[in-house]
Amino acid sequence: MKFTFSKASRKRGVAAVVTVAASAILLTGCVAPTGDDSGDGDANASGSITVIPKSLGNKYFEASDKGAAEAADELGLTFTEAGPTATGSADQVPFIQTAIQTGQGAIAIAANDPAAVCNDLKAAQSAGVKVVAYDTDTDCRDVFINQATVDGIAQGLVDLTSAHLGPDGGTIAILSGGANAANLNAWVDRITAIIEEDHPEITIAKVAYGDDIDEKAYQEAQGLIQSIPDLDAIIAPDTVSVKEAAHYLADTPEYQGKVWVTGLGLPSEMVEYIDSGVIEQFGLWNPEDLGYLASYAAQALINGDITGAEGETFEAGKLGEYTVGPDGEVVLGPMFVFDSSNVGDFSF
Amino acid sequence: MSAVMTDPAAAAKYQRFGRPLWRRLLLRTETAIILAIVLLIIIATATVPYFAQPYTYLTMLLNSAPILLMLIPVTLIIITGEIDLSVGSVLGFSSVIFGLSYAAGVPLLVAAVLAIVGGGLIGLFNGVLVTVVGLPSLAVTIGTLALFRGIAVGLLGTRAVTDFPEEVLGFVISPIFGSPLPMVTVAILVLVVAFAVLLHFTPFGRGVFAIGLSPEAAAFSGVRVNRTKLILFVLSGLVASATGVYYTLQYSNAIGTNGYGFELQVVTAIVLGGVSIWGGRGTLLGALAGGVLIAALNKTLQLAGIGSDTISIVTGAALIFSVVVASVAGSISRRRRGKASAIAAGA
Amino acid sequence: MTTTLKLPPIETGRSVFGKIIHAREVGLIVLIIALVAVTTVIQPSFLFSDGGFRELLRQPTILILIALGQAIVIITRNIDLSVGSILCLCTYLSGWLFANVPGIPIPVVVVIGILLGAFLGLINGLLVAFLKVPSLVITLGTLYAYRGIAILWIGPHFIRSSWLPPEYRKLGTMQVFGIPVLLIIVAIVVLLVGWFMTNRRAGRDLYALGSNPEAATLFGLSERRLTLNAFVTSGALAGLGGLVYLSIYATGDAKVGTGYELESVAAAVVGGVAIIGGSGTIWGVALGAFFLATISSALPVLGVPSLWQQSIVGVFIVGAILLDRLLFLNRTLQAKRKGRAL
Repeated sequence: MKFTFSKASRKRGVAAVVTVAASAILLTGCVAPTGDDSGDGDANASGSITVIPKSLGNKYFEASDKGAAEAADELGLTFTEAGPTATGSADQVPFIQTAIQTGQGAIAIAANDPAAVCNDLKAAQSAGVKVVAYDTDTDCRDVFINQATVDGIAQGLVDLTSAHLGPDGGTIAILSGGANAANLNAWVDRITAIIEEDHPEITIAKVAYGDDIDEKAYQEAQGLIQSIPDLDAIIAPDTVSVKEAAHYLADTPEYQGKVWVTGLGLPSEMVEYIDSGVIEQFGLWNPEDLGYLASYAAQALINGDITGAEGETFEAGKLGEYTVGPDGEVVLGPMFVFDSSNVGDFSF
Repeated sequence: MSAVMTDPAAAAKYQRFGRPLWRRLLLRTETAIILAIVLLIIIATATVPYFAQPYTYLTMLLNSAPILLMLIPVTLIIITGEIDLSVGSVLGFSSVIFGLSYAAGVPLLVAAVLAIVGGGLIGLFNGVLVTVVGLPSLAVTIGTLALFRGIAVGLLGTRAVTDFPEEVLGFVISPIFGSPLPMVTVAILVLVVAFAVLLHFTPFGRGVFAIGLSPEAAAFSGVRVNRTKLILFVLSGLVASATGVYYTLQYSNAIGTNGYGFELQVVTAIVLGGVSIWGGRGTLLGALAGGVLIAALNKTLQLAGIGSDTISIVTGAALIFSVVVASVAGSISRRRRGKASAIAAGA
Repeated sequence: MTTTLKLPPIETGRSVFGKIIHAREVGLIVLIIALVAVTTVIQPSFLFSDGGFRELLRQPTILILIALGQAIVIITRNIDLSVGSILCLCTYLSGWLFANVPGIPIPVVVVIGILLGAFLGLINGLLVAFLKVPSLVITLGTLYAYRGIAILWIGPHFIRSSWLPPEYRKLGTMQVFGIPVLLIIVAIVVLLVGWFMTNRRAGRDLYALGSNPEAATLFGLSERRLTLNAFVTSGALAGLGGLVYLSIYATGDAKVGTGYELESVAAAVVGGVAIIGGSGTIWGVALGAFFLATISSALPVLGVPSLWQQSIVGVFIVGAILLDRLLFLNRTLQAKRKGRAL
């Protein structure tokens, strides 16, 4: 049965060896931290934190990681940022594993999927690594740093919208981001609930998902505006969605003034739409502060100052003192409203 | 005059195989890939901190288990000269069927069977379109990739089913009796052995190679080309959907986006392992070794703190490099053989 | 030396009218009209609002460009999986040029963007043509490699629309007699490429290469040169696609173009290009791309949950190749019966 094993396959095999060995040597040689050894794990454990954002290349997370790095610096923690390039449910798992293996003191993670990373986070916890969830919750963590309460965000956005619509209310739609992100779904659910309870004059016609992709959000915004003829407003609780909804309005002047858009946006991305008048107000919080708080919470956990139980307090540097709320949730603060008066003041 | 073999016994052996036995065994692609893996692990243990732990190997295999499982039947498909790009979507689809049935109250085992049967049906669909209707498998499986990923996401796109019994989850990811190998390794090995026997030691397997080398010649030799291909596509669907059930349990997460992009990783592993994309050549061991090599490379680079972007570049470069060198070497050896036969023919 | 090849007409035994009806392009046009009509009936603003009409015509432009490039490559019996990554790099480079070279003229940026795409395509072409390596594997490798380079270079940054000169952004929304300028540009490209592929020797040679490489080589065609040209063209068109993207969306980051490769193959297949190479028309591909792109903007308007979009696209891909095959079998049968050539 022997088919030809030519020199070609031998050469290819040798080439593969050379490539892999060469690249492995080059890369690990260049990057591997010097001097550390597996035996030294404990000495490092108290002084290191790994931050895992939803994905690399995301402006919002770049800001939050910057804040986390700043806090880590103040606290004397070694800071590492590691993340996947895509937002698949299990894409962050290898980085959690690396954090466990390198004996990190704490992991701060914004999970793409709350359940998929659970097994490995539990493994981290049993290995003595503290787990801080930030921006979006996951099931297996010690504390969760929430940028604002779900209520705070939902209420804030609904208030902005109803103030604009007035007592007659109107028809609105919601343009969310990734369909399985816990934070987005929590906000959407709460917005829907608040409107049902307190604002019978407002009807929610549809919920659409932009998947955090520019073109998709743009097309979905167009779809909403075109398929709901009496649409008065869009709430877009996601930075990509609100940006693209505003972008569509900017491109289509006939809807400006007819459809009103608000949501959660980055000032750096929204400033041109505020300036041109397409958007009046939007909300957010300071993502740098979010990361900053996450690092301090991690340190507090490592030191044993807090365990995630309700009522515990800890110091968070320039942000002051924070108290752990129910279910291990720590809230950064109320939703911040941006409008033309302050939008230019921020760098993120 | 060129060199001439004067020893008749040696000449006889040379004529049969072209090289002595030890050279034949040692200089195969598979050996080289395995050597590469060993070399990589040695280098990693020496230079990357924290590498030398059982946890490293455990997670290396756990992370790559879905790819390793799915590449096994796809290797056979590629050897016949076809391709199956729908495996990632089949994984997602079966994950959704599994999750939805279980959430609807169906017993776990029955839900798993339903999911696997679903995958097998997709494989059947692919196979029928390729063999009976005569469509090119690249086009068909790109279509089913989109179709079934779309159905999976449509059925279970926003919410996931995550409530699976703890004991089962624990079992799935636990290591085998204290060794640094997860339970799923058993499944991988069983599948590899089964398919390897099928491929290398049965007439069916010889038929697979024959189809890859020349479908017409194979048909004339009595190989049932269409039936073989159909069976392979169904097997691929079954294995991909079983992998979907496993994947769902590994991450305790049934959602339509599971397995997104896996098909490209599968093809990368197979090609790196020395299987020719034209068909007709390659071994299962090689493909598996290719998969393990990529897994080891990923693990090493991740542990060394290298970003996923760079890992992407390295994977792409390794893939290109390996096929390029093979091709260059192939043309060099063809020219040499051409010269040799020219000389032998009468210089 | 260039000669215009005069090929004898092929006897299909059909009248001109019959030929027209059976043309793939006509089927696609009918489908497109049907889709737009149904959507407009349900939601008149899809077609009859300024924004709707503009989107309808503007949305498909990017897909048409990359589908054209992909089709040319597929016709030569290859495939180019790296188009998405090439598009991403070209989009960002163009935005970056606008931001960092103040006052740079728009045509210069356009040329550089296309050249980058052509260059990346050249790498693909060299590897495939001169080293005889399967294009599926090579472009799979460059898909990873180029994307990795993009992420490494771009990182978390993104193009701000304020970086772009206002004329360039206006290009995205400008309309002439109600037709978006971008569509006009793309239509010109389609016409040029289509004319080239049908009427120029170099274009016809690509078909010859794809349908029978051995015969083509014996005939004296340079497989290497043709394959190289195909990949360079594909890369250049992807580069142009990146520039169009920049104009429409006025933004761009490291994730642009993800998934485009499969979409471009789908558009080519739906447009009548056979995966095994050697057949398919540029007009068909343009229409196929237009059709698929219109589906994705029609579905949200129709109220189909966005989650189901991909499955519908999948149905059309499978349907298209199935249809092609059945039509082919039918024609073979008819031809045998009538004793004529296909």
